[in-house]
Amino acid sequence: MSFFKRIFSGKQKESLDSGLAKSRTNVFQKLTKVFTGRRRVDEDLMEELEEALITADVGVETTMKILDRLRKRARFEAYAEVEELYTMLREEIAGLFEGNDSGPVKDMASPHVVMVVGVNGVGKTTSIGKLAWRYKQAGKRVLLGAADTFRAAAIDQLTVWSERAGVEIVAQHMGADPAAVAYDTLEAAVARNSEVVIIDTAGRLHNKRGLMEELTKVRRIMDRIVPGAPHEVLLVLDGSTGQNAVEQAKQFTSATEVTGLVLTKLDGTAKGGVVLAISDQLNIPVRYVGIGEKMEDLQDFEMIEFIDSLLPENWEDAAQAAQS
Amino acid sequence: MFENLQERFEKAFQTLKGHGQITEINIGETLKEVRKALLDADVDFKTAKEFTQRVKEKALGQKVLTSIKPGQLLIKITHHELTELMGSAAAPFKPTGNPFTVLMAGLQGAGKTTHSGKIAQLLKDKHGKKPLLVACDVHRPAAVDQLMVLGDSIGVEVYAEPGSKDAVHIAQNAIAHAKSNGHNAVIVDTAGRLAIDEAMMTEIQSIRSAVKPEEILFTVDAMTGQDAVRTAKAFNDALDFTGVVLTKLDGDTRGGAALAIHSVVGKPIKFVGVGEKMDALDTFHPNRMADRILGMGDVVSLVERAQDVISEKEAAALEAKIRKNKFDLEDFLNQIQQLKKMGNIKDLMSMIPGMSKALKGIELDDDSFKQVECIIQSMTPVERSKPEILDSRRKERVAKGSGTDIAQVNRLLKQFQDMKKMMQVMTKGKGGKRSRMAGLSALGR
Repeated sequence: MSFFKRIFSGKQKESLDSGLAKSRTNVFQKLTKVFTGRRRVDEDLMEELEEALITADVGVETTMKILDRLRKRARFEAYAEVEELYTMLREEIAGLFEGNDSGPVKDMASPHVVMVVGVNGVGKTTSIGKLAWRYKQAGKRVLLGAADTFRAAAIDQLTVWSERAGVEIVAQHMGADPAAVAYDTLEAAVARNSEVVIIDTAGRLHNKRGLMEELTKVRRIMDRIVPGAPHEVLLVLDGSTGQNAVEQAKQFTSATEVTGLVLTKLDGTAKGGVVLAISDQLNIPVRYVGIGEKMEDLQDFEMIEFIDSLLPENWEDAAQAAQS
Repeated sequence: MFENLQERFEKAFQTLKGHGQITEINIGETLKEVRKALLDADVDFKTAKEFTQRVKEKALGQKVLTSIKPGQLLIKITHHELTELMGSAAAPFKPTGNPFTVLMAGLQGAGKTTHSGKIAQLLKDKHGKKPLLVACDVHRPAAVDQLMVLGDSIGVEVYAEPGSKDAVHIAQNAIAHAKSNGHNAVIVDTAGRLAIDEAMMTEIQSIRSAVKPEEILFTVDAMTGQDAVRTAKAFNDALDFTGVVLTKLDGDTRGGAALAIHSVVGKPIKFVGVGEKMDALDTFHPNRMADRILGMGDVVSLVERAQDVISEKEAAALEAKIRKNKFDLEDFLNQIQQLKKMGNIKDLMSMIPGMSKALKGIELDDDSFKQVECIIQSMTPVERSKPEILDSRRKERVAKGSGTDIAQVNRLLKQFQDMKKMMQVMTKGKGGKRSRMAGLSALGR
């Protein structure tokens, strides 16, 4: 794994490294195996690549798209050496992120309002806690809005996170109207001169029409207090979710105009490859990755690093890694 | 993004016309579609591959009967194999031991706490137990509060030691508390953990040793992708769990993870979670899951709901008519009216094969059938029973009477014919319950 140590050297990358390292091992080994020990491009190689990508939840359609392009280019450019094929593969995957790799928002309104949405159990509240801490560390005055008034003890959970991160919170009682909580939070943010507002919402499955409409309403009401709010709508996706994540992204986008993704639980064995399909089909950028349960375990999404988490950087490194 | 497998098969099988039996060559394209459908449904790569191979072996050499299309034959084989692979019949859940102890385990966010509550309610209401919920998730903020709120809502006591970080100790004390307070069932909720987190896996092993549970339920999100196999295997290696709870199945995921888990660890899926309410817990039916994975809709559940509305006698009469090919527009009209009685049309329609895709983004309410009803109601009784007598003059009259035009009348008639054809196939193929509502699926085409 010497190659990763090189790439991820630096203190702040350490936890990302240890988180992703576990996650990458399987695919890494697989691809390394695919790329070493072969000199000519053949269909066996293509099949192994297919397996590696599908096993990372990239999905059949996107995998085929990547491999078809690879085949065409390999034929057209008369490349037959595996090293060259590898470079092409990396380029093709990067191509799926094209235009979606702008990173976190730079010019922020004040208050900068972030709404967080997603299905049940993906890690919305935890991600908000970590995000609040990040903004707090950056010297911002942060206010949280506990608009998940449905799930038992969601408000308590967010309150614990607000205490950990040392930020303020606006909350009502369980069962309160989430739109009203969002409204109150923004009013308080304006009054207190908060710089960043993060609104938590209840998890909901994207095929429940009534609940999705409720979310649209929560979104709409914010603009009344802070024109242009929410400035960001983050859809939180569980990194272990399979192809259904594409449908989640579609439905949440149509209800709330999602601006970015948070990909959580990447410290497990899942790869989160489905974001390739989402990026390709829906042009939604990944903003953050969650790699643990600690406060600092939320990192900016770095496209190159993500691809590297699926693929070894180049032929020589792959060969080295395979030998070690 | 999902295409109905049946449609895909039909496309793939166009090349097969004129062939008398299934051979390696003419089946290739179709098997690719089977495999793609399985992968789209999140069946893991290896299982999908082996499965396709097995279907191929079963199908090779089979005679293509004239009455049944090769595509349908292959679906039948595929469906049968899927059902077999998932354990063919629903697995029993029998509370034994005193106290009957259930240990919940799984990744973060799978739904352990919610399902602890649901199982407590099930034990209380269906098995007459006096359950005790135990809050052993000492890691996630407010997890204990969450279980308290749930326990309160279903009237079940919750054992918790706020402030304690020793889950094993809490579990031990809880069992003692249960014994001295007459609780004959104990459900132990635990923190979510990654299978690769050794410290956490050791913790849950210690909890298991402390409470000696009769049931260890691995709780897993039905939307899980390729990782499901790895995770299930790791939890099974560590805990040797007794069954699986598949959660969030009220979403629109295909749930291929179910197949993967069952085929890799060989443990039965005992429950499925189908909503956030405390009674949203069902037993697992392998053949319905096979329908779902193949994108064939949940016809059986639909039929069950239909049975609440349609009397046995009516249903039997309708079935007889379908068998004799006597199903007419009058019956069709009745069916629509009964369907409306069954509740939210969109919910119902999404249970029908191929409909969930067709319905996406379409506003559908009870008025959607108004036009169809108007057209049929503008026909004479004779026309309703013998639609073939509708010539252009009659059609014009019907169109005028219903405020539509001839094209719309023609469209309805065509849909009705297609539906009848399909009903014939379904009746011959499977018979029984299924055929009663089968015709509905033609509506949306």
